[in-house]
Amino acid sequence: MTKRFGDFVAVDDAHFVIARGEFFAMLGPSGCGKTTTLRMIAGFERPTAGAIRLEGRDVSRVPPYRRDVNTVFQQYALFPHLTVWDNVAFGLRAKRLPKGEIAVRVQQMLEIVRLTELANRRPAQLSGGQQQRVALARALVNYPKALLLDEPLAALDLKLRQAMQLELKRIQREVGITFIFVTHDQEEALTMSDRIAVMSEGRVEQIGAPTEIYDSPASVFVAGFIGQANLFAGVVTRVGGDRAAVRLGTDGELEAPTTTEGLKPGDAVAVMIRPERARLLTTEPAPPRVGVPGTVTDLTFQGPVLRVGMVTAADERVVAHVRPDEDLPLLRPGARVWLTFEPDAARVLRARDRVAPVGDEREIAEIEALTVPRTAGGAR
Amino acid sequence: MRRGRGHGDGTVTSPAGRVGRVLVNLAAAGGLVYLFLPIFVIVLFSFNKPKGKFNAVWQEFTLENWADPFKNRPLVDALYVSLRVALISMVVATVLGTFVALALVRYRFRGGQITNLLLVLPLTAPEILLGASLLTLFLEPHLVLANRQFTLGFTTIVIAHIMFCVSYVAMTLKARLRGFDWTLEDAAMDLGAGPIRTFLRVTLPLITPGILAAALLSFALSIDDFIITYFVAGPDVKTFPLQIFGQSRTATPPQINVLATMILVGSVAVLAAGTWWGRRRARRLGLR
Repeated sequence: MTKRFGDFVAVDDAHFVIARGEFFAMLGPSGCGKTTTLRMIAGFERPTAGAIRLEGRDVSRVPPYRRDVNTVFQQYALFPHLTVWDNVAFGLRAKRLPKGEIAVRVQQMLEIVRLTELANRRPAQLSGGQQQRVALARALVNYPKALLLDEPLAALDLKLRQAMQLELKRIQREVGITFIFVTHDQEEALTMSDRIAVMSEGRVEQIGAPTEIYDSPASVFVAGFIGQANLFAGVVTRVGGDRAAVRLGTDGELEAPTTTEGLKPGDAVAVMIRPERARLLTTEPAPPRVGVPGTVTDLTFQGPVLRVGMVTAADERVVAHVRPDEDLPLLRPGARVWLTFEPDAARVLRARDRVAPVGDEREIAEIEALTVPRTAGGAR
Repeated sequence: MRRGRGHGDGTVTSPAGRVGRVLVNLAAAGGLVYLFLPIFVIVLFSFNKPKGKFNAVWQEFTLENWADPFKNRPLVDALYVSLRVALISMVVATVLGTFVALALVRYRFRGGQITNLLLVLPLTAPEILLGASLLTLFLEPHLVLANRQFTLGFTTIVIAHIMFCVSYVAMTLKARLRGFDWTLEDAAMDLGAGPIRTFLRVTLPLITPGILAAALLSFALSIDDFIITYFVAGPDVKTFPLQIFGQSRTATPPQINVLATMILVGSVAVLAAGTWWGRRRARRLGLR
């Protein structure tokens, strides 16, 4: 489906199929079209082109109140004038179910989200986490064909967020309902989802299981958005099957796996290596091993790993994670080192003018701020 | 004003500061006296026993007027007319004004901006012009009435009052609706409630305090109006203000003050109850 607001393309030909009972995440920076996609599935926006099928039936023109999907809103949107019980019963009453059945189902759902004692409270008397669970119960009690969650954890603090991640997963297993989940938090998506659709500027960049996306990102954007990625610019010299040989500037040539289709010799590419797959040497590796020389800029002890930031001769900032017990006595800022890796651990990606950043989330946020379209209505 | 709780200026002890505070308090007291003196006089003179027909000079204290507040028949009839006019125009204007406000705040549509602007006109246009033009409208058979004429009276008064009250209701409610969380409507629809159920179960209960406030304002404005009513009332129907004005050339019986005091006490009671209820509700729902 496609959604345009005036000239602004919020969602550009997004296409995917979600299986029943799946925990599916739409992940991307703000303004990437994930919320608009969710609102189209919920029925609040109509696709400009394309269709939404729910168990085979085209529901693109069906209003939200006749669609068998329910939403957990970002700020929960609990009805402040109703008690927890009445909030949860709202959907069942709208469907005019018999009183007895409503009571049984509300009770049962309150038990699942562990809110039975608070049934007579109003939303204002609940903590953020409790409100979140009311929102969840209010949607789930209708046994929708799919539950849509719009950044449901964004309003919670870190600790609660992590607890709720597991809680959401537990509830999803318990009720067996399809969850479609929108988030900009890659860790959240990796933790909870069966599959992730990574979106950028209205397009779906890649769909796959978390490990698949992490290990074999389809694009430079995906590589940078999910986890950290070191990227080295190079040129394809040879293509064969699912591997490509790449010349890395002056630092030599290597052959690494690729999932990018249609690569030809002469194409500009980026060789991606995850920080934990990179190794540091204090002496130049002997050919045929490839080593990228650089200077250590900073060392950060992060518990299980030591994060080593360095800058290469080509002024690329790269990161390697080394085990703190590794014997690298010469590792200190200013030290000259060579970054090397097993070619099989690297991936060859098509280079793009818009290169996702290496390094920490703050940098990602900065790049995001520069690239997110300013047009209103992209995301809410 | 005592210093202390909530003022945070309890530490001002310099002589200049103290003088300043005294001046501020004096000014405030002066302002309040200025506001309340006329009202006080109304209440006071409801206990006066005037000599002659005009209740204008203090003579002596009496409870006679209060013992028989409904003695002046035409005055009571006029008050009854006023209450009926105010009630009907309040109900109609509140319903219409609520929908106008909802439409203007909730939806963007062609002409919305202009409607916003035109809504202020009945508030800002001189009342005497409105009155005169309404009179023309009611009497001129070719303009809008398909060759019929209105008989000036109760109906024309109500129509005129609805006209300006709709404006006030819509303006008041528009301000109240600014902070409304419209995702609540999305949530209701998402849960299977159609537009009507969404309005009745979610939107309406949440905006009720605003609607009630607007309705009270409408009622007060209607009871109060003189100029427009004067034009459209015709010769036979008298509202409370019209009756007092008409009588005042020949007599101002103290019953005027008694009835006015009753209205005053009634309004204060309604306002106090409304404020108390609104605060309690806001606390329970955790609003603002």
